[in-house]
Amino acid sequence: MSRRNFIRNSGLVAAASAVSFPMLNIRSAGAAETVKVGILHSLTGTIAIAEKSVVDAEMLAIEEINKAGGVMGMRIEPVIEDGASDWPTFAEKARKLLERDKVAAVMGCYTSASRKAVLPVFEKLKGLLYYPTYYEGLEQSPNIMYTAQEATQSVIAAMEWLAKNKGKSFYMIGSDYIWPRTTIKIAKATLARLGGKLVGEGYYPLGHIEFSSEINKIKAAKPDVILNCVVGGSNVAFFKQLAAAGITGKSQTILSLAVSEEEVSGIGADNTVGTLTCMGYFESLKNPANDRFVKAFKAKYGANRVTGDTLACGYTSVYLWKLAAEKAKSFDVAKVVAASSGLEFDGPEGKVKFHTANHHLWKHARIGMFKPDGQVDMIHESPLIEPNPFPKL
Amino acid sequence: MTVDMFAMQAFTGLSIFTILMLMALGLAIVFGLMGVINMAHGELMAMGAYTSYGTALFFQKFMPSLMDAYVFVGIVLAFIVTSVFGFLLERGLIRFLYRRPLDTLLATWGLSLILQQVFRQFIDAKEVEVPTVSWLKGAWQVTEGIALPLSRLFIIVLAIVTAAVVYMILFRTRAGLRIRAVTQNRVMAGAAGIDTARVDALSFAFGCGLAGIAGSSFTMLASTGPTTGQQYIVDTFIVVVFGGVESLLGTISSAFLIGQMQSWFEFGLGGSMARASILALVIAVLYFRPNGLFAAKVRR
Repeated sequence: MSRRNFIRNSGLVAAASAVSFPMLNIRSAGAAETVKVGILHSLTGTIAIAEKSVVDAEMLAIEEINKAGGVMGMRIEPVIEDGASDWPTFAEKARKLLERDKVAAVMGCYTSASRKAVLPVFEKLKGLLYYPTYYEGLEQSPNIMYTAQEATQSVIAAMEWLAKNKGKSFYMIGSDYIWPRTTIKIAKATLARLGGKLVGEGYYPLGHIEFSSEINKIKAAKPDVILNCVVGGSNVAFFKQLAAAGITGKSQTILSLAVSEEEVSGIGADNTVGTLTCMGYFESLKNPANDRFVKAFKAKYGANRVTGDTLACGYTSVYLWKLAAEKAKSFDVAKVVAASSGLEFDGPEGKVKFHTANHHLWKHARIGMFKPDGQVDMIHESPLIEPNPFPKL
Repeated sequence: MTVDMFAMQAFTGLSIFTILMLMALGLAIVFGLMGVINMAHGELMAMGAYTSYGTALFFQKFMPSLMDAYVFVGIVLAFIVTSVFGFLLERGLIRFLYRRPLDTLLATWGLSLILQQVFRQFIDAKEVEVPTVSWLKGAWQVTEGIALPLSRLFIIVLAIVTAAVVYMILFRTRAGLRIRAVTQNRVMAGAAGIDTARVDALSFAFGCGLAGIAGSSFTMLASTGPTTGQQYIVDTFIVVVFGGVESLLGTISSAFLIGQMQSWFEFGLGGSMARASILALVIAVLYFRPNGLFAAKVRR
């Protein structure tokens, strides 16, 4: 009997006769059969584009766990709150989830700005946040578990690979806020260490749609590599205008740090074909856990939906919390955090492992090339990289 | 700077000029002539873009052989859909709010949020892909170093044609005469036998239709999603206000000036700094000419 079956069966038995198995009633009477988990993402506003599907992936994980018997025999009861792409709203909703709903953990946030907004709330109210988005690093809160790539696992790894394989003159372009700015700062420091040359850089406001001047500059600078840290809808404009100006993945190395399979469905696969991306996860990864994940996701939400890095991380987050709670035999935040140290899980992206101290995951940096169907061909996979949110530059 | 570079930047300036002009023409009528602060104007552009998207899907499915022509059908349909919506909007909401600019501002801002959520809920929270037709892909290679993107050339032509049509309608037709009469002196125009309510509804619908055309053609350059309208609305208002409300020529010249500034500032300063500098300049100009560059003298 596998562990999963055991849990499911014991869950069923517990449901049928809760009284006769007192050892399964971890919580005192009343809250007996469910444990609340908060889901805090933007369902409305600008960032809903990215966050709505993360919610889908997290709900899928919760549904699977509940079907398999829940966590320590308890069903997970999701409490979904809308951060509305507005950072103060995120903080307010985080407080509501922790104070009123008394959730055991929260899966949430996408932008660094929203994470920075909820961080003091989680630290003050001793909550637990699983943050499933790749980010710039330079943070480590005792109340946050970071389940996606930080800088050393994405931009630094990508820069090293690019400098070795594609050339050493770089043009860097990004949206104008904390993530792209910090990421490009790290990229520049890495480039200096590798002996490369920066031939230009440009920042544009989020949502900007006119890139033709920058493209003219790129054409004049003739870089070996364009490092693209543009975020969100601007990418659609950037790629369409690059293609219209005759710069495509065929003739020019372009590596994007914020474009996954999900974004490609809006940009148009024929505009991204041949360009590169660096993520921890691609839908096209071949392993049993990913096959299961992709199949279940498409069965639940439709065959035309695609998965992507943040979706896989959101899905993994729920399971990591479940495993940690089971290991700790408690939903107490301090105990779950302690139990997370060194915790391993076979997720859609392969084996991941929490660092023993810094709350981040050991991850592969994967570089892939977009195919005409919008999926990714992996062309480089690093070994598991130790997370280091405060790298020496 | 090489000659090629200069030529490319000049073309970029021209392209941004026509894009801004196309964006602003509709608002120049709605806000400029009628005085309605329509915060949902951006969402009407998004509606035009979504109409193009729908047309593309239809052509892909039912007549793939005519796919290359969908772009024209898309533009015409976008005009029809948004102008019908604009007509209903004027009859259902805006006409109750004339002379109450603050209420109009709040009501249309609310409407823009509602429309965004409608797009998000019923179409897709993510951006949708509107295909660019094959004959507008790529660039016209004039010389070795000068390549002019075909989609931008198309928009330049479209913007000039649209501006010409708007000019003809306003200044060479009876309908245009009535619109101008109502704008300049509503009471007098009414006394002269013009059905002012009908003129209001039709000019509002026309302005909205122009937003639809703009939105539809911008799918070639930018994204189509629930918040697409927000990307356009600020620029659109800046162009109209900077040029001088109530002046079509002002709108066009202001689009030209801002387009050139954006092109050269972005080249010299980079994106975010260019944006800040343009806004600073606009503020400075409005300080000295509060009614914009070309303030028309209007009897109230």
